[in-house]
Amino acid sequence: MKTVTIDPITRLEGHGKISIFLNDEGNVENAYLQIPELRGFERFCEGRRAEDMPIITPRICGVCPVAHHMASTKALDAVYNVEPTPTAKKLRELMYSGYYVYDHTLHFYFLGAPDFVVGPDAPPAERNIFGVLKKVGLDVGKEVIKHRAYGQRVTEILGGKATHPTSGLPGGVSKGLNEEERKEIEEMARSSVEFAQFTLGVFNDVVLGNKGYVDLILSDPYQLKTYNMGLVDKNNKVNFYDGDIRVTDQKGREYDRFQAKDYLDHISEHVEPWTYSKFTYLKGIGWKGLKDGKDSGIYRVGPLGRLNAADGMATPLADEEYKRMYETLGGKPVNSTLAFHWARLVELLYAAERTLELATDPEITGTDLRNPVGEPGEGVGVVEAARGTLYHHYKVDSEGLVEKVNLIVATTNNYAPICVSIRDAACGLIKGGEVSEGLLNKVEMAFRAYDPCFACSTHSLPGQTPLAVEIYDSGGSLYKRLERNLS
Amino acid sequence: MDKLKFGFYWAASCGGCEIAVLDIDEKILDVLEIADVVFWPVAMDVKYKDVEAMPDGFMDVCFFNGAVRTEEQERLAKLLRRKAKALVAFGSCAHMGGIPGLANVADREEVFERSYLQSPSTVNKANLVPQTKFKAEEGTLTLPEFYDTVMALDQVVDVDYYLPGCPPAPGLIVEAVQAIAGGNLPPKGAVLAPEKSVCDECPRVREEKKISEIRRIIDFEPEPEKCLLEQGIVCMGPATRGGCEARCLNANMPCTGCGGPCPGAIEQGTAMISALSTVLGLAEEKQEGFDPEALMAQLKDPVGTFYKYGLPVAIMNRRIKR
Repeated sequence: MKTVTIDPITRLEGHGKISIFLNDEGNVENAYLQIPELRGFERFCEGRRAEDMPIITPRICGVCPVAHHMASTKALDAVYNVEPTPTAKKLRELMYSGYYVYDHTLHFYFLGAPDFVVGPDAPPAERNIFGVLKKVGLDVGKEVIKHRAYGQRVTEILGGKATHPTSGLPGGVSKGLNEEERKEIEEMARSSVEFAQFTLGVFNDVVLGNKGYVDLILSDPYQLKTYNMGLVDKNNKVNFYDGDIRVTDQKGREYDRFQAKDYLDHISEHVEPWTYSKFTYLKGIGWKGLKDGKDSGIYRVGPLGRLNAADGMATPLADEEYKRMYETLGGKPVNSTLAFHWARLVELLYAAERTLELATDPEITGTDLRNPVGEPGEGVGVVEAARGTLYHHYKVDSEGLVEKVNLIVATTNNYAPICVSIRDAACGLIKGGEVSEGLLNKVEMAFRAYDPCFACSTHSLPGQTPLAVEIYDSGGSLYKRLERNLS
Repeated sequence: MDKLKFGFYWAASCGGCEIAVLDIDEKILDVLEIADVVFWPVAMDVKYKDVEAMPDGFMDVCFFNGAVRTEEQERLAKLLRRKAKALVAFGSCAHMGGIPGLANVADREEVFERSYLQSPSTVNKANLVPQTKFKAEEGTLTLPEFYDTVMALDQVVDVDYYLPGCPPAPGLIVEAVQAIAGGNLPPKGAVLAPEKSVCDECPRVREEKKISEIRRIIDFEPEPEKCLLEQGIVCMGPATRGGCEARCLNANMPCTGCGGPCPGAIEQGTAMISALSTVLGLAEEKQEGFDPEALMAQLKDPVGTFYKYGLPVAIMNRRIKR
């Protein structure tokens, strides 16, 4: 039994295990992405005080705690039948926009850019943040550190702590914004708009300026024709914090549109015995297994899913970039998995512009922060986490204690498409038993584009396992095993 | 002087402790001045077998975040214990089990049932649950098995220091690194945080030493400058170690206890219950018709209130297993 160990770096948050099975000819028969852990949040949230949910659920994921904090707070709005005050709603969205600046910056430079800026065929030891900095220069590196920190600072100002904020309450927020803090955020936002434009420039020069990369983006193994899902405002523009959930089909037409509270009528989850994560699908189409196309209920979320499910961006500079992306990649929808990276940067610019809009809104320093709550009941809160649509659904008893919890997290929505993308990439790139390290990196790129956060999708027992790829021959014996951070 | 050798590892955690390390921002460059990072799965590629090949005590300090729930995490905890001169339990989960430790109110089976069989969005007519070994058409797929109980790091191996917080405040991380670099570490077993409570760092004014009722933050807007406990909110500040600069209180929210017990306290929850019992109903207890049980009934969810981050290390640390 031959074992190959690649020289890797880990650039996904959380973990997974890919098993690839080869047939007699050495071609790919099937590939599985297994999620090797689960946690117990749905169970151990039962019995907790409702107002503790925005404190407890961010611990599902410390990379995107603000998303869970916000979905949870919105679920409590619904549970207690109360709307936040106008100022509170804007403060929440301000925190949320700042979170996107931090999260998208983190993913692009630390996790995604190594594939493109350094290059998919570069030695693995250079395909990391340090390799990116070498290519773009240390001054740029300092800007990256600075703007990631800006995003965190916005959350800290508004939520007490950058990781695991605490200010969300049903009907509003616990803390307002004074003029000094507002000015600080405004300055950071102005700088972030420039930084986002600069980052799009880097993508333009390094990726789009290289025909090889563009061909890779448009190449067959990276195409996937699924439905797309995302929150939109009343003009069908992308919205991270609020709106209707819109689903578009493989031709870009609206297939479905619903409100958070009705999610159970529109999406369902499927269980497979070989993985701890569930798979979501559109209820109206049904679970047809791991395949794309209009007859399969699987859909994509996250930056590309959102942009495909919308008609544009609500801020001017980001909307121009939105149009440019679709013009360059041949119109809507874009089905190329690697376009997630571009979509993420369009959203980075929108997040920075939106942060600035909110920081200069006259109402933002208002002092009316909370509306009184009604009687507790049942409620659903939905936001767009950086990695996709996030659903929190609680049932609360008359004493304000949590009775039942259901969570559908961002990466779970993308789990089925990620599995199909990996299998397609493996089938397209591994032929006749030829498995080179560059090929495997390209298989890995297929899922890294989604920015999968398996810490999040395994919200149900704690435990972290890094990525491993196992390849089996037609006799079922282990043919090759490639590992990241695992012996 | 030779550079120090640091290791970082994450077990059952959310990733927030890794982000906390990034949140020391440009000071991370100072850390790299004094130390080489020889193991950090999230950021670099060093495999377990490379760690196994290190001589015992090779790392000067290993920062371990996350609770222990799987065989693999326990194995790594034991391995890193051997390879590090000093093992630091980093963050609430390694320190006390953390929020994932609340899972000790249930067992694995219930978690499975809730997630795969009873979830309202799940369609599962065949009642399938994940299997540790599954025979697919093409071959066998395996999944790791989990322990029934979540454990803090020192319930598995000997721990030298504790860095508290969920996640630890960036200032505490920087101070800990400086103490290590300067050779100024306190005696083994110490918590690397100030010898004071969250109350000592809280700017709110305390006046009365008695409260008449327990109230919830959800029901009213507390006065901005007055102690939350005196306004009837169960704030864990009196029973929680500081070092966080009372950041949650600055956001007008109560302390939920992530810093762990105060210096000298045996257990955080009982310390808070004791603190509460000295002030609750103090003015009323000698009045006729005083009903202590009615007062206590105002306190909802004691486990989640007093042991939000520390159930695995509490005196009563899990539901009875049958």
